[in-house]
Amino acid sequence: MAKTIEGLYYSESHEWVRIEGEYGYVGITDYAQQAMGNIVYVDMPEEDDEFTAGEEFGAVESVKAASDLISPVSGVVEEINNDLEDKPELINQDAYSAWIMKIRLTNPEEKDSLMDATAYAAFCEKEQ
Amino acid sequence: MKYYDKLIFELSQNGRCGYSLPECGWDETATDISACLRRESDTRLPEVSEPDVVRHYTNLSNMNFGVDTGFYPLGSCTMKYNPKINEEVASMPGFACLHPLQPESTAQGALQLYHDLSKALSAITGMAEFSLNPFAGAHGELTGLMIMRQYHLQRGDVGRTRVIVPDSAHGTNPASAAVCGLEVVVVKSKPDGTIDTEELASLLDETIAGIMMTNPNTLGLFETEILKIAEMVHGCGGLLYYDGANFNPLLGKVRPGDMGFDILHLNLHKTFSTPHGGGGPGSGPVGVASRLAEYLPYPRVERDDDGCYHIVGSDKSAGRVSGFMGNFTVLMKAYAYILSLGKQNIKKAGALATLNANYIKESLKDCYKLPVDKLCKHEFVFDGLADKSTGVTTLDIAKRLLDYGFHAPTIYFPLLFHQSIMIEPTETESKETLDAFVSVMRKIAEEAKTEPEVLRDAPHNTPVRRLDETTAAKHPILTYFEL
Repeated sequence: MAKTIEGLYYSESHEWVRIEGEYGYVGITDYAQQAMGNIVYVDMPEEDDEFTAGEEFGAVESVKAASDLISPVSGVVEEINNDLEDKPELINQDAYSAWIMKIRLTNPEEKDSLMDATAYAAFCEKEQ
Repeated sequence: MKYYDKLIFELSQNGRCGYSLPECGWDETATDISACLRRESDTRLPEVSEPDVVRHYTNLSNMNFGVDTGFYPLGSCTMKYNPKINEEVASMPGFACLHPLQPESTAQGALQLYHDLSKALSAITGMAEFSLNPFAGAHGELTGLMIMRQYHLQRGDVGRTRVIVPDSAHGTNPASAAVCGLEVVVVKSKPDGTIDTEELASLLDETIAGIMMTNPNTLGLFETEILKIAEMVHGCGGLLYYDGANFNPLLGKVRPGDMGFDILHLNLHKTFSTPHGGGGPGSGPVGVASRLAEYLPYPRVERDDDGCYHIVGSDKSAGRVSGFMGNFTVLMKAYAYILSLGKQNIKKAGALATLNANYIKESLKDCYKLPVDKLCKHEFVFDGLADKSTGVTTLDIAKRLLDYGFHAPTIYFPLLFHQSIMIEPTETESKETLDAFVSVMRKIAEEAKTEPEVLRDAPHNTPVRRLDETTAAKHPILTYFEL
């Protein structure tokens, strides 16, 4: 079964965001990494890129398929997780510690329209 | 099967050679080639004799699996049998020995074949004119989109930069649109697997160059609202592009031109029985409605009033997409196929392909999950096993099929489902072959319950077991010398 973690916010396109003050850390969920299979490449955004919620900010590629990354929140990219460049498999190992981008939130209220862990687990159950 | 996994470099012996030529008498040191272009190290080609080469490749070919060795239900690829008369026709020396730069007066037969095949494809598809030059399916897509763009630009309509691609379209469509410099907009399918026309309506405006559709779509479902979709897209000034990857079930029955499509490509290597997938090069002719004919790529072939054929082009053409007249021998094979079937028999191909697909679907839908349970065309998609509790995945099923001597279906495509298995039997197969496949698929579903570990470790009987796809994708070894 795919893991979820309390305190994160989840999108229907299987990204999570962890809010820390004015920043959000964004990654893909355990359910997403399981569905993708072994991830071989992460196409990451660049620092200072600006995204609105629902916009594509990159892509993950696995041995099975390539899948767009959709930003669950709006903001400006503060930092990207450079570790993923050489080790995209970190996402398979622990999807919730392998964040992809750190984003300065421009509209923190957006988190209220995302799912909590319980709602997301139920959402995944339905997707199966 | 004899196991053989040597590389030709491993057979190499210093100084061994497959030929003996007399001294050429010329100074072999090139002096008119600038130093930066001259190779400094030796070429490191394998040094082998002719029997070494022949045995090496024959042994490798014995390990190949193809349509000539067994059932190949690779969805979306239409792996139908390639009649051998096609090969005989394509090797006729009068055609095979032509040089592409010969004067047209000395190649009239080849030009007539190009012209006549174009006309046959026009009759089959309902399109006015064809170019047979594109080399394969995705090349045809790119050519079609170049024509679409050229059409808008020639009218001074420069704002049409977006192309709509349904999520049930053929997988290469978004890539072709991106290569053509167009932005892709995805329109979703409804739960019944066909295009959501309400969502489509909301996307249609003056920025839309057109829509790329695959009909039947990748779920093998016919888009029954196609006439309405054509009216909507034309209404906003866009064009309709037909991806011919799935044309097989419609062969001789329904014409994309009559559905309202403006541009299409065909895959001669799928629908028209020419070998592909390692067996030979493809061919992706593009057909257009008459108002787009002048944008077709050059060179083109025209017949004059005296019955002579000429190579021509148009100033408004979208450009040149190939050096000469496409993969010409592939055109010959497709023409041989059309003529040997004839008008009556060509209509049976699609119907039998459809019957075969529905037969497998109905025979297995109690043990495999069928997300859209309705009449399919030439192919359909299961979403893994019906019983997901065993943890057995689509990959395990595909690998296990190899143990039983079948080629695996297309898996994990389309992306609409997590465990897609896309099965296309084609009209080639007899009921006995279909029954054998069905019984193996049922056996695998049973094994998933009784001994799932056998599936997780499959294949067991193939020359190689599961390959490390992750390392292969991340750290590919591309030459012998990197080993």
